[in-house]
Amino acid sequence: MSGFMTSIAQAIVAAGLAPLLVGFIRWLKARLQGRRGAPPWQPYYELRKLFGKEAVVSHTASWLFKATPFVVFGTAVAVASLVPLVLAPPDPFAIGDLFAVVYLLLLGTFFLALAGLDTGSPFGGMGASREMTVVALTEPTVALSIVALALKAGSTSFSQIVTRTIAEPGMALGPGHLLAFASLFIVTLAETGRLPVDNPSTHLELTMIHEAMVLEYSGPYLALVEWGAALKLLIFLALAANLFIPWGIATTLSPSALIVGAATFVVKLAILAVAIAVLETRVAKLRLFRVPELLSASFVLALLAVMSTFLAR
Amino acid sequence: MLLFSKIWKTGIATELLEPRDPAAVAVGRDIERAVQRLLGRALAIREVDAGSCNGCELEIAGLASPIYDMERFGMHFVASPRHADLLLVTGPVTRNMEIPLRRTYEATPAPKLVVAVGDCARTCGVFRGSYAIVGAVDDVIPVDVHVGGCPPEPTDILRGILAAVDRLPDKKASSTPDGTRTVSS
Amino acid sequence: MTLGAAGLLLMAVGFVGGGAVAAVWPTDRGARAVTLAGAIAGCFGGLIAAVFSMATGRPAAAHLPQLVSSAGGIVLGLDRLGALFLALVSTTGLLAAIYGASYTKEYEGRHSLGMFGLMFNGFLLGMSLVTCAANVFTFLLAWELMAVTSYFLVMTESDSPETRQAGLWYAAMAHFALVLLLPMFLLMAPDPNATTFADLRLGARILPDVARDGVFLLALVAFGSKAGVVPLHVWLPRAHPEAPSHVSALMSGVMIKLGVYGLLRVLVDFLGAGPAWWGGLVLLAGSVSALAGVLYALTENDLKRLLAYSSVENVGVILLGIGAGLILQSYGLPALALVGFGAALLHTVNHACFKALLFLAAGSVVQQTHTRSMEQLGGLIKGMPYTSAVFLVGSAAAAALPPLNGFASEWMIFQALLSGAQTPQPGAAIGTPLAVGVLALTSGLAAACFVKAFGITFLAMPRSDRTTGATDGHWSARAVMIVLAGGCVVLGLSAPLAIGAMYRTIDAVSPIVGPVAAGVNARVWLAAPSGLARVSPVLLALLLTSIVVVVASTLRHRGLSLRYADTWGCGRIHQTSRMEYTSSAFAEPLRRIFSELYRPTQDLSISVHPESQYFVRSITYTSHIVPWFEKALYDPLTGAIKKLATWILRLQAGSVHLYLLYVSMALVAALVAAWWSQ
Repeated sequence: MSGFMTSIAQAIVAAGLAPLLVGFIRWLKARLQGRRGAPPWQPYYELRKLFGKEAVVSHTASWLFKATPFVVFGTAVAVASLVPLVLAPPDPFAIGDLFAVVYLLLLGTFFLALAGLDTGSPFGGMGASREMTVVALTEPTVALSIVALALKAGSTSFSQIVTRTIAEPGMALGPGHLLAFASLFIVTLAETGRLPVDNPSTHLELTMIHEAMVLEYSGPYLALVEWGAALKLLIFLALAANLFIPWGIATTLSPSALIVGAATFVVKLAILAVAIAVLETRVAKLRLFRVPELLSASFVLALLAVMSTFLAR
Repeated sequence: MLLFSKIWKTGIATELLEPRDPAAVAVGRDIERAVQRLLGRALAIREVDAGSCNGCELEIAGLASPIYDMERFGMHFVASPRHADLLLVTGPVTRNMEIPLRRTYEATPAPKLVVAVGDCARTCGVFRGSYAIVGAVDDVIPVDVHVGGCPPEPTDILRGILAAVDRLPDKKASSTPDGTRTVSS
Repeated sequence: MTLGAAGLLLMAVGFVGGGAVAAVWPTDRGARAVTLAGAIAGCFGGLIAAVFSMATGRPAAAHLPQLVSSAGGIVLGLDRLGALFLALVSTTGLLAAIYGASYTKEYEGRHSLGMFGLMFNGFLLGMSLVTCAANVFTFLLAWELMAVTSYFLVMTESDSPETRQAGLWYAAMAHFALVLLLPMFLLMAPDPNATTFADLRLGARILPDVARDGVFLLALVAFGSKAGVVPLHVWLPRAHPEAPSHVSALMSGVMIKLGVYGLLRVLVDFLGAGPAWWGGLVLLAGSVSALAGVLYALTENDLKRLLAYSSVENVGVILLGIGAGLILQSYGLPALALVGFGAALLHTVNHACFKALLFLAAGSVVQQTHTRSMEQLGGLIKGMPYTSAVFLVGSAAAAALPPLNGFASEWMIFQALLSGAQTPQPGAAIGTPLAVGVLALTSGLAAACFVKAFGITFLAMPRSDRTTGATDGHWSARAVMIVLAGGCVVLGLSAPLAIGAMYRTIDAVSPIVGPVAAGVNARVWLAAPSGLARVSPVLLALLLTSIVVVVASTLRHRGLSLRYADTWGCGRIHQTSRMEYTSSAFAEPLRRIFSELYRPTQDLSISVHPESQYFVRSITYTSHIVPWFEKALYDPLTGAIKKLATWILRLQAGSVHLYLLYVSMALVAALVAAWWSQ
């Protein structure tokens, strides 16, 4: 029961922290561009404002359009309660493993793409088509990274992977681990709509992938979709951090372990956020038909990770 | 690497908004305090060119640059009026842009504000009386704040937007007899 | 007579009686009713026999040695594996028959419904007999009955040339499979007179290795062609769209699974364990089928053909599970092999459920709008709310989204492949992760494919006038689809119970001790072989719904002001359906990315004004995708057969003297052969 409560608490903390993560990345990018930028807690103001506005819904849209923000936000929160953030969920309470997490996020994307088509606007259809293409091409990379991790740990359950990596520190520096981390980082950029795959702050509809699907959303619906997207970014970064560099994560429910776990979690997220901000400042967005080249490069990395894991045994 | 050394050397280029700017801003109607509180800290702006010569657009584009940096006030541009709180309208309203301007206004969710930028938006400027013009922006959609100038400086535009949400760094509001509030230094 | 035998009798009587009476009934309306009655009786009989066999573990048997005794007579024996497939046939047949009663109303007066009823009941009888056949003759008889009756069912609307083409391909491929089945069975039979399955089981164990490999290859090709494995699947996307929708549902949901049944019977039951390359070959066939199936489904604009290609993809996924099981069995890991086979069986059942649902819903759409082309549909969610809701459930299940049934079986196949990756042999350790990558890619592409199928057909605005007046259809059709949608949800939530049943089924056929996962409540959790990874669809569903309920009620409590307006279109005056994304537009990025595989032909013709080439009158753009293996494999083959046939034609010169010469040569040869054999 206590494990169940900590999962729920973790999900709430993650949902609360996600806008700060997005705001921090934006603030850092602004500073790198030589301007002051909005404070890192700006997304909280934006969410509060959006919840106070009215929602405008198109005549052509159906019930699916109004239901999708809840599905997107709901799956993001559900996944946040399953993945190891501050605490590695002990086995009896793990109601999902890595594959379940991937497919839950796919459920959110599925409904978002349908909502994009539902409005009958060409931008929505374009966003849906491009997003499903990118997501379909990232799936094999994600699966192979999971296989690379699971081969070492012996299972796809989170607590197993975390405890095995903590027990064998030398494993974290092995080529399999590093290659899998690189491929998962590229997948993170693709799935969360970050440069070089998709520019989250673009105004040109023809360059949009994720943003194009949400052009019709307003008010509280938009708030839920944006919050869900921020939470997805936090989840992916947390996975990248805690599966590959799990030291500091709490394995017991004692208060000191939880405080240490929370502190290391925040530090790891901050480091990855800095990496993303620096990367987004450095690179330009790829043409849409160059994205498969990037994704197949990440697939090759993941395949090499699996092979080197096998050879290292 | 050259890029990052350049970033380090350049530093922050943003200029602080001076408290003493000429009064080119006229607040057209009373805006509810509740709306100003809601939109005050996070404002999404959609720019609509209703027929301008693009001079005002060039100045508005400067708003997002490091020198004027509107983001530090919590404002940012958005692509879709569904995401917007404030419409930034330039130019006199031409016949072809009358319906699109109305539709943009209808597409924006309430509560919403409108700031008209430039002399053309307020009084049709040099184009007054032309066969291609329907009228000023206020004839088509209700305008909350006018920012005068041809084109107005980015700082004036900033002060206009901030006046709409009552977040000017300084304000001494005084009422003039015709009911409009003019913000002066 | 045991309950099981009674069930089999009711099944035979129901189908035969229903079919025969329907064929001679004078009115079409009565023929429809008689067809339905016969099908219901027969399906109930089959269900009784299947449930009896699965519940008690005792096989239901029947024996009619007098019929064609030289071939061994009719021998029926229903063990656990056959019972599972018989239950599948009966349930889906029952639901399809109820749906068909209202669907075939539009055929009254145009096509003979008596003939249709005869063929429909014969089809159901053939499929049921395949699952309970216990000797070679019965099996082949039932197989041929199934093929012939389904041919006639496909040709119901034979006035269109595509249907006739489809029927031709279907008949050719079905008989190609039959031709390969005969030697496969006879290789295993120890004695020409001992052809019951029990004899085959004994005979197969004592075969030399070369003969075992031969049996394996013949079984893979013959049953693979029936199941729809690439490149033998070419009949599937031609025949399934042309058939009436409830027949398509039966063919896609059940008939191709009988290919899987045959494969499991020969490989797991008769042959037992084999070398590792068997599993590798099955994995390869499965991977190719899965990828090719989903890639061609993505570029389809015909709704039913898209669903047919998706069936090819799912058969590939089933073969991935079987391949994993075979590999693990060959490495002496029977507990892990059970997971692979069990996952494949679970996916068989799940696919039957959601594919039948999708075909029946598509049938409703096609019936109301009289077109199968998605480019002319759209906006149906407003007029057909029930159909669109169940199609959404079916699409989500096909895209393997939790907590529905597609997710549960794909998760199990992932875990089975992962166990293969942990074996020390290099072949398996490299091959199975690649298979995992292929499976992940196909499920991502399947999600994209079903976003397209559901989104273009049902959402946004209608793209043509064909959708005006479309409603949900008869209440019985709606009820059937809701039952199937409920089945998808229930199978998904109770997946741990279902996989346990699959393990017991395989165990009954080939004794494999199931994996013991300590400390796992097997009613709530799906567990990986090592027991370390687990997922609980029920708890996931509970978690999701509780979060959504909390968020939605908070929002409602705070108050949500809603306003309806036109779609934002950059301020343009009109929003018409011409501005929506089309079905080919949706798949265009993937078509470009995989253009090496698709090799689309493009044709652009511009007609200009006669007086100046700068004034364009019209532009026509056509793009066509012909599967390249049809060009590479089947065109040369059919060309060669035609050449051979033309050459042999010379023998039929038309002269009576030549024919008399042939007769006398044949007589001499027969006399010589008779004298030789003495």
